[in-house]
Amino acid sequence: MCGIAGIIYKGRSADVGGDMTAMLQALKHRGPDSTGYAVYGQPSEGDYVMRLKVAEAEDMDSGSKIHQIIKDRIETVEEILEEHGASVKSKEPATEYALRYVLSHDGDTGKMAEHIEETEGVEILSMGNGLELIKDLGDATVVSEMYGLKDFKGTHAIGHTRMATESDVDIKSAHPYWAFPYNDVSVVHNGQITNYWIMRREMERKGHRFMSNCDSELLAVYTANNLANGMSLEDSLTKSIEEIDGVFTYLVATKDQLGMAKDTMAAKPLVLYESDDMIAMASEEVAIRAIKPEEIDTYDPYDEEVRVWQA
Amino acid sequence: MAGISDAELKQMTQEERVTALGMRTEQLTGKTLYIEFDPGAEERFTYPWAPDVDFNKRTEIDSDDMTTTEVNAKIRELMSEGYGTIVLKNPRGKHSLGVGILSKLNLIIEGSTGYFGVGLIDGPNVRINGRVGWSCAENMMSGTVVVEKNAGSTFGAAIRGGDLVCKGSVGSRTGIDQKGGTIIVGGDTGALSGFMMQRGRMVVCGNAGKNLGDSMYDGTIYVGGEIKSCGVDAVPAELTDLDKAWLTRKLTQYELMPDKGVDHFTKIVAGKQLWNYDNLEPNEKKIVL
Repeated sequence: MCGIAGIIYKGRSADVGGDMTAMLQALKHRGPDSTGYAVYGQPSEGDYVMRLKVAEAEDMDSGSKIHQIIKDRIETVEEILEEHGASVKSKEPATEYALRYVLSHDGDTGKMAEHIEETEGVEILSMGNGLELIKDLGDATVVSEMYGLKDFKGTHAIGHTRMATESDVDIKSAHPYWAFPYNDVSVVHNGQITNYWIMRREMERKGHRFMSNCDSELLAVYTANNLANGMSLEDSLTKSIEEIDGVFTYLVATKDQLGMAKDTMAAKPLVLYESDDMIAMASEEVAIRAIKPEEIDTYDPYDEEVRVWQA
Repeated sequence: MAGISDAELKQMTQEERVTALGMRTEQLTGKTLYIEFDPGAEERFTYPWAPDVDFNKRTEIDSDDMTTTEVNAKIRELMSEGYGTIVLKNPRGKHSLGVGILSKLNLIIEGSTGYFGVGLIDGPNVRINGRVGWSCAENMMSGTVVVEKNAGSTFGAAIRGGDLVCKGSVGSRTGIDQKGGTIIVGGDTGALSGFMMQRGRMVVCGNAGKNLGDSMYDGTIYVGGEIKSCGVDAVPAELTDLDKAWLTRKLTQYELMPDKGVDHFTKIVAGKQLWNYDNLEPNEKKIVL
């Protein structure tokens, strides 16, 4: 089933971490396996925020050796950063197996990221000027507390509560997804993509990497590919309705935009709320009510509807 | 098939072919089963366990800190105490509120509900002063439900009776598998509305999305605005004086009567060309295909 949510403030920053946590917690019943956030803080040109994990949450129960393995992996990652000329401006461990780096780097970040991911057990969750991607097992309150999201200020965010159906309960199968080569794009999705393997092979032929077997990752790769080729977010979303088969509603966030697309059958839900200073959307009204308890007007977008909002 | 050649069939219009082949033997207009809801009728309250409530006995429930189960149990408890008018405050988009009420009751919901609100009801009059999520009033058997704002998809799925009204716009698949009763939408409706409709009437004052009335068996759909496309076997029919009178009465009753009247409404019914498909002769199948 899965629950998705998005929020964007018009021309301002706000308590996006707290708001998204409240919305996702209200959607817990749609997906209790994992929770993920893509939050966008104030973009800083030149500096990259890199979120990565060096082990899965369940690896922590695999014995005492895992602690040394994690230390070794972190050391390897930092050696690679140095090798590519990236300077670490700050380093914060969110958990023992998930870290947040602020980097300064002038070179090819794509190549550097690929090199980092060659390290066994290491996956970059996100790397961008504004995007920070956090995902872990547990509900929104647990993940928010674990990663200190309560006080995160930003312009927009998307989030996901996952009910695992077609791939494992682990972090790499959790949403949101992010993809090369377009740094600040993230995607959350509710649905099933039926031409996943055909589309995936097409993307792989173009040189894109897939970290999971989850069909939702395709949307991130597909969108990143389109944006990197100069397509607007709105055009990419519109094109996806023709090219992607299945039933889906998905949200895409970039450095300064948030968009949504619904398939031709309108089989997956989304409720929208728009006001002069913010737009909120979620699989269920109850998530919007978690941050707007007063009486408001909401509506369901129709089949093949595409919308894009600017931060 | 005797007496009609392929050449003759080719010369005919689709309408003429359908009639010549005996596939349409009756007038479609006015066929729909329609039972007017009368809240005063004694015979309506036939469930032996239905509490005898007094509409003048009124109370409120603040559902802010209650679960859906607690709210629904509270409604039953109050009904057993004779309360006939219950105002539900702060619903906050909760799912499945007010489901399974099988006797008379005035239920006023001050706010918006989530999925499956007031489903499986038989008799109550419900007013929702907000929006409703997916599948509002699913399987409703009788009573009235009036939603003041918008509604989600599958509004009134499989209803069998009563009046279900949304004064705003609704999502996709409105009245899917409708088996009776009346659905009225003040605004627009999405794709596949009236899909596999069997009986009853649906009125859309605004526009209708693609594949309206797809594979409908029977029933009638009236649309005041544009229809993006009709589904398989959904065909336009003549809007009769009887239709106009009924539309006028219903839309006036729910304060949705357009300024320009009802003459502009398009009436959609089942073409019935999909019926008994397996029994058709090869030539008949050619027409259907």
